Amino acid sequence: MSKRHLLALYGDFDQAEAVVRELRNTKINGFDVNDDMIVKSPIEHPEVERFLGDKPVYVQWFTLVGAVLGGSLGFLGISSAQANFFMQMKGGKPIVPLPPNFVLTYELFILGGVYITVLGFLICAALPAKRSPLYNAKVSVDNIGILVKAEEAAIGVLKTIFTKHKALEIQEEAGK
Amino acid sequence: MKDIREDIAWAKINQDVMKSLENPRPLYWVILFFAVLAFGIGIGCEVYQYQMGMGVANLDNPHVWGLYIATFIFWIGMSHSGTLLSAILHLMHADWRKPIYRFAEAMTTFSLMTAGLFVMVHLGRLWQFYYAVPYPNERWVWPNFQSPLLWDAMAIFTYLSSSVLFLFVGMIPDLAIARDNMQSGWRRKLYTLLALGWEGTDRQWRNFRVTYLTIACFLIPLAVSVHSIVASDFGMSQQPGWHVTSFPPYFVAGALYSGCAAIITLFIILRYVFKFEEYMTLPILKKIVRLTFAIAMVWTYLNCVEFASVWYSHDAVSKDLLIQKMTGPYAPFWWAMIFCGSIVPLIFAIKRFQTNIPVLFATSLLLNLGMWLERWMIVSPTFSHGYYPWTWDHDQWPSMIQWGIVFGSFGWFTLLFMVFCKMFPSVSMYEVKEMVYHRSLHLKQNGTVEQGVH
Repeated sequence: MSKRHLLALYGDFDQAEAVVRELRNTKINGFDVNDDMIVKSPIEHPEVERFLGDKPVYVQWFTLVGAVLGGSLGFLGISSAQANFFMQMKGGKPIVPLPPNFVLTYELFILGGVYITVLGFLICAALPAKRSPLYNAKVSVDNIGILVKAEEAAIGVLKTIFTKHKALEIQEEAGK
Repeated sequence: MKDIREDIAWAKINQDVMKSLENPRPLYWVILFFAVLAFGIGIGCEVYQYQMGMGVANLDNPHVWGLYIATFIFWIGMSHSGTLLSAILHLMHADWRKPIYRFAEAMTTFSLMTAGLFVMVHLGRLWQFYYAVPYPNERWVWPNFQSPLLWDAMAIFTYLSSSVLFLFVGMIPDLAIARDNMQSGWRRKLYTLLALGWEGTDRQWRNFRVTYLTIACFLIPLAVSVHSIVASDFGMSQQPGWHVTSFPPYFVAGALYSGCAAIITLFIILRYVFKFEEYMTLPILKKIVRLTFAIAMVWTYLNCVEFASVWYSHDAVSKDLLIQKMTGPYAPFWWAMIFCGSIVPLIFAIKRFQTNIPVLFATSLLLNLGMWLERWMIVSPTFSHGYYPWTWDHDQWPSMIQWGIVFGSFGWFTLLFMVFCKMFPSVSMYEVKEMVYHRSLHLKQNGTVEQGVH
């Protein structure tokens, strides 16, 4: 069955929190509060995480992989370049000198870490993204948006809950 | 002294910052004109040097490094302010950084780009730059990975690319605001493209927070390593006056010092030009001034350490060089460095000057002059008074071409910076909102305000 989107805007976090709490506590057929709800806010807000519950963030794993890869590939790359360049006089010194290579390894460790962290961010935050079916620019000003996706039968119940908590505005996706 | 109001409407924050992208005060265009002019002079000098050869720069043996390398270090140093304000103060939860860190980050990026140009200018034979690039070739030319010069190239590349990413990632929510507020046109298209479809969802914010914090954690050791490596260019050589153990911390302190001084200068300019009086407030300026004063004293202390370690060492040539700096042809510049770098910042200790904008503007320019002189006094005197008397050349003076290119670099930096501030939000809108939100929440909890922000 096809689902429709509904966006409700609220003026402050307390109201939005009350809506989310009620959506969690109410059994609505055709609407799953964990999968079908997105909260949009103009600032990075700890309260949003508090009322949505802890959700895992995986960016730091990308960071770890990026930094380790950057450092190890960097060291291997530099060492193999040194080992293959026979023209450079070594004068009995090590072919792969560790202290100077540590400096470059350190830089490449950071370079890999930063690049892959940003890549991880884009993947985990699903960016670049297409604009969602309902978007209101007021979310980038001062409103909290609750975007839900539900089957036709649940739309009425959701609207009632949004209205009950004094939504500033409710936007509805046109029926298909 | 008024700080940012806790009850300021968030819509007004958006409006005020978005206005800065539209109509700045006329001084903006005057600054832009002089920046283009200075940059044009620099370009003219570079073209002349390119065609005529490095001789026109008056760089010769023993004066192989001159103003180009001194100015290169100056610009690298300047870049540290962005990291200090964005990353270090971010980790320390100093919320007063929020209205001003964006332009400091931009400063980091553009000063690194300016510094990079000096490497090219200094090479002279630009058409043979690819000789220095490490890729398998049949010329039997290969970079020496044990050389601090190569570490420097790698460190600066890492720092520049990481700073650009840090600036961009931190700007995504504001680009989305710009996208939502801009009427149709090429700018809207640009913001739409750069905002990457950001909508402020809980998932986006969650990942954003971790990413921003992680990059900040990487940038701090990176910034320290970059200037330590620049110090190694000198400290690891055997030249008199350079082989000093305290050089890396001395360079890092100098970098933070010049960066902070530049932040004061640009703070005052942006505050006026873009009408940011409500966001770039005097209490914030006061905090930067106090920070700069503290760093100035650290720099002064490390200067004393350097002089003492040379004076009490058994290296007669280095000691001769120090005396030469104090009494020889470079003496006026050396004493000017001491005056501008160690005496002038004492003004910052006087409370009534900590928010006096004309005094702070003039002082910050003097501090930057002092910091530029510092770099020049590190580089040139050593070449004029080396180990062997037959290499001494006390009368060499940089040619007008060198001065012209140095002057042009200030134009280039100003041009990039001012264009950036007109194109992109130079005050972080979402972070200012966070700042006023948390402050109003704090006041509300203490029962001092009746109503919240919105």
